[in-house]
Amino acid sequence: MHELSVCRGLLQQVADIAATHQQPQVSRIQLRIGPLAGVEPQLLQQAFTIARQGSVAEQAELAIEAAPLIVHCPDCGQDSPASLPRLDCGHCGQQQTQLKSGDELLLLSIAFPSDAHQEQQDV
Amino acid sequence: MCDTCGCNITPGNRHLAEQPIAQGETAVSVLQGLLSENDRIAMHNREHLGRHGVVALNLMSSPGSGKTALLERTIEALAGRWRIAVIEGDLETENDAQRIRAKGVEAIQITTGTACHLDAHMVHQALHQLDLAQLDLLFIENVGNLVCPASFDLGQHANITLLSVTEGDDKPAKYPVIFRAAELVLLSKSDLLPYMEEFSPARARQAVRQLAIDPPIIQLSAKNGDGIDDWLDWLEGQMRQHRPAPGQFRAIATSASSILK
Ligand SMILES: Nc1nc2c(ncn2[C@@H]2O[C@H](COP(=O)(O)OP(=O)(O)OP(=O)(O)O)[C@@H](O)[C@H]2O)c(=O)[nH]1
Ligand SMILES: [Mg+2]
Ligand SMILES: [Zn+2]
Ligand SMILES: [Zn+2]
Ligand SMILES: [Zn+2]
Repeated sequence: MHELSVCRGLLQQVADIAATHQQPQVSRIQLRIGPLAGVEPQLLQQAFTIARQGSVAEQAELAIEAAPLIVHCPDCGQDSPASLPRLDCGHCGQQQTQLKSGDELLLLSIAFPSDAHQEQQDV
Repeated sequence: MCDTCGCNITPGNRHLAEQPIAQGETAVSVLQGLLSENDRIAMHNREHLGRHGVVALNLMSSPGSGKTALLERTIEALAGRWRIAVIEGDLETENDAQRIRAKGVEAIQITTGTACHLDAHMVHQALHQLDLAQLDLLFIENVGNLVCPASFDLGQHANITLLSVTEGDDKPAKYPVIFRAAELVLLSKSDLLPYMEEFSPARARQAVRQLAIDPPIIQLSAKNGDGIDDWLDWLEGQMRQHRPAPGQFRAIATSASSILK
């Protein structure tokens, strides 16, 4: 499974961004993943619980939203939702379409606890 | 443009980045690809290759679909035409690299241990073991796996996904990501078609095209040579497309700046 490698890359990215913002901790990581991204959200969640140990995201929640599968049809010019394994046009049935959405693998945002410094002192 | 302050957020994607913020949190928008570190090294690999006019092709398939056999046949066919090297990715063993070396071509073996795919970093290390100035064409044989290799850009100029006729014509439907990544799909071991009534090349082609892509698809056999000429034609096309004309090398060498510090 490559989700662990993907997750390590993600945590490196998150650590870099946290350092840029001088934040010692991350509270939430928001991703957007399409069904054709090649990464299984469930496996990524599992990998995350292992890989986050000792990182800035040790306490963070990993939130993953699904990107929809949408194809564009060059024949009728319309977009339509599609489902695997046949990405046909939902309007005219054309089989040769183009993918408009569905292969996203994006880090959308990360959140820091507003009072991170405070909490650190309390612990 | 930087990747951390949110200036890459455009009117088209703004709604993606603006998430509701929980109480007691400050959120920053990022909107970065999840594999941006791998992609950065892949770009660096592409610069290494470009500086020397080397074309790199990444072969992906299930274990045993015939990647190494095709390379052996290709090396024989291209002897004296292009200077070739091969990077071999395997979980264990040097077997494939030895098969390539037996054909008189340099092979760098990457044993990935537990990693089920090559990544840009591993390929970068292998590139530094090769004398790129002495090469025209570099094949990268990825780890036999129809899932994981698809996610990692290596710096190649094109991806080739093999589907052998013994695997079933429904594989593109079951493993869409690796077929969508392909610039060329090969239906390999075509000499076995007479024994594989269940495999319909037409159905396999249709299953690929229903993934909202339309790559060239070549049916071939490394064993009896069927379709090999079409494959070699496609290769020549790649060489024309991705190699700068002589005389352009100097311009590229001076304009390429290393992005690895
Ligand atoms: N009949 C037939 N057998 C083939 C052909 N190509 C490869 N084979 C056989 O299929 C088996 C696997 O071939 P390889 O070339 O080692 O396959 P591979 O994709 O490199 O395998 P891994 O590197 O282990 O993933 C060997 O026994 C080959 O002899 C072909 O075109 N026709
Ligand atoms: Mg092999
Ligand atoms: Zn894997
Ligand atoms: Zn249509
Ligand atoms: Zn380098």
